[in-house]
Amino acid sequence: MIAYVMCFILFLVGLYGVITRRNLVKIAVSLSIMEISTFLFFALVGYIDGGVAPIVDPADPVKTYVDPLPQALVLTAIVIGLATTAMLMAVIIRLYRKYGTFDIREIKNLRG
Amino acid sequence: MNPLLPLFVVTPLLGAFLIMIIGRFVKEFNKYFTSLVLLFLACISFYFLFITGEHVFVYKVGGWEPINRIPIGIYIVMDGFTAIVVCIINLIGFISAFYSIPYLKRYTAENYYYALFCLMIAGMNGVVISGDLFNIFVFLEISVISAYALVAFGVEKNELEASFKYQVLGGIASFLILFGIGFIYWKAKTLNIADIKEVFSSGYDRTYYLFVQILILSGFGLKAAIIPFHAWLPDAHSSAPSPISAMLSGVLIKAVGIYVIIRLFFNMFAVSEGMSILITTLGTLSMVIGVFLAIGQWDIKRLLAYHSISQMGYVILSVGIGMILISRGVRNEVAALAIAGGIFHLINHAAFKGLLFLNAGAIEYTIGTRDLHEMSGLAKFMPATSATSFVASMAISGIPPFNGFFSKLIIIIAAIMAKFYLLALLAVIVSIITLASFLKFQRYAFFNKAENAIKRNIKEVPFPMLLSMIVLSIICLFLSILVFPGIREMILTPAVDILMDPSKYSSTIIGH
Repeated sequence: MIAYVMCFILFLVGLYGVITRRNLVKIAVSLSIMEISTFLFFALVGYIDGGVAPIVDPADPVKTYVDPLPQALVLTAIVIGLATTAMLMAVIIRLYRKYGTFDIREIKNLRG
Repeated sequence: MNPLLPLFVVTPLLGAFLIMIIGRFVKEFNKYFTSLVLLFLACISFYFLFITGEHVFVYKVGGWEPINRIPIGIYIVMDGFTAIVVCIINLIGFISAFYSIPYLKRYTAENYYYALFCLMIAGMNGVVISGDLFNIFVFLEISVISAYALVAFGVEKNELEASFKYQVLGGIASFLILFGIGFIYWKAKTLNIADIKEVFSSGYDRTYYLFVQILILSGFGLKAAIIPFHAWLPDAHSSAPSPISAMLSGVLIKAVGIYVIIRLFFNMFAVSEGMSILITTLGTLSMVIGVFLAIGQWDIKRLLAYHSISQMGYVILSVGIGMILISRGVRNEVAALAIAGGIFHLINHAAFKGLLFLNAGAIEYTIGTRDLHEMSGLAKFMPATSATSFVASMAISGIPPFNGFFSKLIIIIAAIMAKFYLLALLAVIVSIITLASFLKFQRYAFFNKAENAIKRNIKEVPFPMLLSMIVLSIICLFLSILVFPGIREMILTPAVDILMDPSKYSSTIIGH
């Protein structure tokens, strides 16, 4: 149970960072923290106490295996997360070249 | 097993790949090939619209058959509602791609533009035809990552800022959705939408269920820009190149937002009264606040973007009324009417909002500004743009011969029959304010006397742009026939039936 709570706290840490930070790169890092907490949650969902890696062993049919599906989902989600982070960083670099600052308070052309 | 179904995803993916490879060597290949791919997709989606009817087509990817009636592969599902949304995506996509041919002359890197366009189409088609929760997430990310890149395509200050905002909020939405999927998998141990419905129908923990519903609703609500989550929409939709604005506003928020909300809350979760009241409230808020934010805008594309929020409010409102009636178990024919009105308005909004953004693009293309103060008397110089935008403005404000009138009429009638008089009144008032704000747009852009005499050499836009606008305005007029009996039974009724009877959806898919 404690692992789930820690995972949720990690998510909140990321959310806090996204809301309060003023630096573009720090916002991106906070988003990554949220992402990681989600992946951790998926890994926890598939975990079974005393389970082993899900490769079927014909010699011992009564073994407990952990659920392999969430692991596959996490792998897919990590690839997607990489793409989103790369995209975000590319935009941040372009923003820095235009404005010469990472401060979000100075990047406010769009209003209303 | 219909072998044509995976083509909706495979063709645009292949198109994006070929554009990047061949487009490098063959000039002009990218634009015509994109239009060709989308024309092909539009044709097969219309084919599906006509053959689907009451059927539900299921395609099991990789040929994994269910074991003990438990589905183990990824399912692709095509039913009445899916067929409608797929048609919208590919038809508006084709028209926007055709429109882009002259419009994109001022940008560089056309190959990237067309490749991203195809990827966005692939993602949206994937979201819509998928019958698997995690698959929806994957395709959603494909389409929104392409959308992030396309919003920033101009790489100027505004575009980059809008894209950054969109990415941060879209990222949070993605994690909320992923959390929701994780929670569902935790309890249900399956990801197939139909199977989740079966598992949850045999009993569940009420608070847990509510928590998952809230997570999913806020995640997809952020993608659909329902009112408390709307902050990114006006920036993103007004900064993108105009054909992309037409795609984002006309299609993307529907395919990855509204469609998924409707699909999951009807066909996966059991319809509950509290949740349906919440959805109706959000819809009403979007409808009312969106239009008030829109009326003060002087930038055409921002004005249109805020109207998108307001019009999506209509769709959510009427679907929510249907949900409330279903959850109370009374007056199913009124619920069916409300849902039909919502779906009809969703189709219509794609047509007229796409057209309005293309008009805004045409104005920007000729005079180089989006500010209403700086344009006047354009009707004399651009007769076709003026006429088509008049059609679209009248359609969005609900003036009789056009499609918007009929869908709004159905929504208002359904609200009155369901005894939600306040909501019906609000819908009428919002419609009137919409009319006011579009009369302002028409007057300032087209009909004002050209006092400050723009002596610049204003010409009508090139032929492909003109043709796509005219085709869309004909569609706006032509969609009204969906309301007549005969055609309504063929197109709208199957979509409503599949939503009204959730056990039918799950039993058809699992029974196969």
